[in-house]
Amino acid sequence: MEATNRAPKESLLSRQKAFLRMTPESEKLRHLKENLPFMIMLFPAVLVVFLFSYLPIYGILIAFQDFVPGDKILSDTTIWVGFENFSRFFNDPQFWPLMKNTFLLCIYGFIIGFPLPIIMALMLNALKSRKMSKTLHTIFIAPHFISLVVLVGMLQLFFGRYGLVNNIAVSLGGERISYFLEASAFRPLYILSSNWQDFGWSSVIYIAALANVDHEQHEAAILDGATRFQRIIHVDLPAIMPMVSVMLIMSIGGLMGVGYEKALLMQTDGNLAVSELISTYVYKRGLTGVPDQAYATAIGSFNSLINLVLLIIANTMARKFSENSLW
Amino acid sequence: MKQKDLKDTLGDKIFYAIIEVFLVLVTLVILYPLYFVIIASISDPDAVLSGKVILYPVQITFSGYAKIMERQDVWRGYLNTIIYTALTVILSLVVTIPAGWALSRKTLLGRKTFMIYFIIPMFFGGGLIPFYNVMSSLRLNNTMWAVILPSILSVWNLFMTKAFFQSSINSSLIEAAKIDGAGQFRIFFSIVIPLSKAIIATMALYYGVGQWNSYFNAMIFLRDESMYPLQLVLKEILIATESTVGGSGETILEQYRLANQIKYISVIVSSLPILMLYPFVQKYFAQGIMIGSLKN
Repeated sequence: MEATNRAPKESLLSRQKAFLRMTPESEKLRHLKENLPFMIMLFPAVLVVFLFSYLPIYGILIAFQDFVPGDKILSDTTIWVGFENFSRFFNDPQFWPLMKNTFLLCIYGFIIGFPLPIIMALMLNALKSRKMSKTLHTIFIAPHFISLVVLVGMLQLFFGRYGLVNNIAVSLGGERISYFLEASAFRPLYILSSNWQDFGWSSVIYIAALANVDHEQHEAAILDGATRFQRIIHVDLPAIMPMVSVMLIMSIGGLMGVGYEKALLMQTDGNLAVSELISTYVYKRGLTGVPDQAYATAIGSFNSLINLVLLIIANTMARKFSENSLW
Repeated sequence: MKQKDLKDTLGDKIFYAIIEVFLVLVTLVILYPLYFVIIASISDPDAVLSGKVILYPVQITFSGYAKIMERQDVWRGYLNTIIYTALTVILSLVVTIPAGWALSRKTLLGRKTFMIYFIIPMFFGGGLIPFYNVMSSLRLNNTMWAVILPSILSVWNLFMTKAFFQSSINSSLIEAAKIDGAGQFRIFFSIVIPLSKAIIATMALYYGVGQWNSYFNAMIFLRDESMYPLQLVLKEILIATESTVGGSGETILEQYRLANQIKYISVIVSSLPILMLYPFVQKYFAQGIMIGSLKN
């Protein structure tokens, strides 16, 4: 019995040894052979990100230079000026108005735009008819596909001096107001139109999370005599909380990050005191008139830095007080 | 017990009614502006201007549509946009889908490094001016590639694609193909791609809509008007410059009268293709976005 057993055991062992000897080499080779196609698949994406994301980060260096368009970023003749461009911005009479305009637009936008998609998602999810909730959501998403140019064009048509809103106001005995020339109308128009366009789109992720809520939890709550409203508060809301806190961190990271695309389209002489943002100012100083690129880059990178710091603070807080954080 | 049930149902009934009424109101708020643009575009411009058009078209006329047919700049913009959008979609799929697949593989060498490489630009960027300078030094200024190339990869979309592959492709299928001796490219093209219609449709829609609707890169990089995409042409038609919004009441009224109808029509003409496409691709893309969002 033992003798018969030994022979195969030995051969198995030697075979195993041979296999082990081979393994590192062939495993490595197989690994490399398998990875070469992956590298080829990744290459275009790596290249695009390098060209259009990393090269511009390198380009921030001009913020510390006396830079004339056409100069090389690093050459023998580069004149380094340290933080001069930054301190120029801090002493710019526009500094505080820009900070204020950017911050207020973002914070008002956040106060309305953050809870709205959550509330809408909870409501749509609470509807009894799945079909109706799907149809409504399809309608709510549709404005997301309208371009900014068309959206602002529509705003001007509706809120222009002879637009629909003024026509209705006049027929009710009101006065004509050129909303686009009123500084006080800029923020409401900007924020309300943004929400009109995007609340449906932003609610998609919450609706997706709500679709995953365990049905048994709802049934148990019904047995306990919970009303639909109580079930929303105690079953649905906790289920989307992880998503809510992730979105909250992202929103706080974007609190000073409002883009230039829409604000530029909405700017008029009348509302410039409120509608000039850090990002639109960067565009104007850096790419229009007599461009001062080093200065504009300094302002832009200062803005990116604020965003990064805000994001890190938000994430640190989230890590401290909950289990949900980005990293 | 029975009474309690009844009472709760009543409370719930009221609650449902409130939600339904509210959602109907929201639907009206969403749809009415779109509806108004349509009825205004086929009404007599004077009737629109004097506020007679509110719920239905007045003195129906298609003269505005006839006028826009004659506008060379609009149709040239249209053609340019179609070309830019088609190229963007094709290139973005070539860049995003294979990269998403590679990133989703656990056997990928340096996977973590690649992930960090792609994550950093999500949170920190060079900003507008350095970006502009990079485009200039790549000599892309005033070429259509300045509009197309920066739009062919969004890191969000890349990660969504990766998440889709991680959750939707059965790994035993891939293992079986490997044992049969299929190479990675073979696996990708003959197994993965056919199973990825949902994510490919979603990505095509995202990138396509993004390019169709964008104006900013075209505005800063293109100088020849013959290369302008539709949105840039629209911007000149739709967005009143400061001088037209200001000025005396009379001139404004005259300008409004002339330009208004064409504005309503151009809103429709430019948005219609996408709004019509949307319901058809909607089922794919809802699927795609849900997978992506749950993973993130």
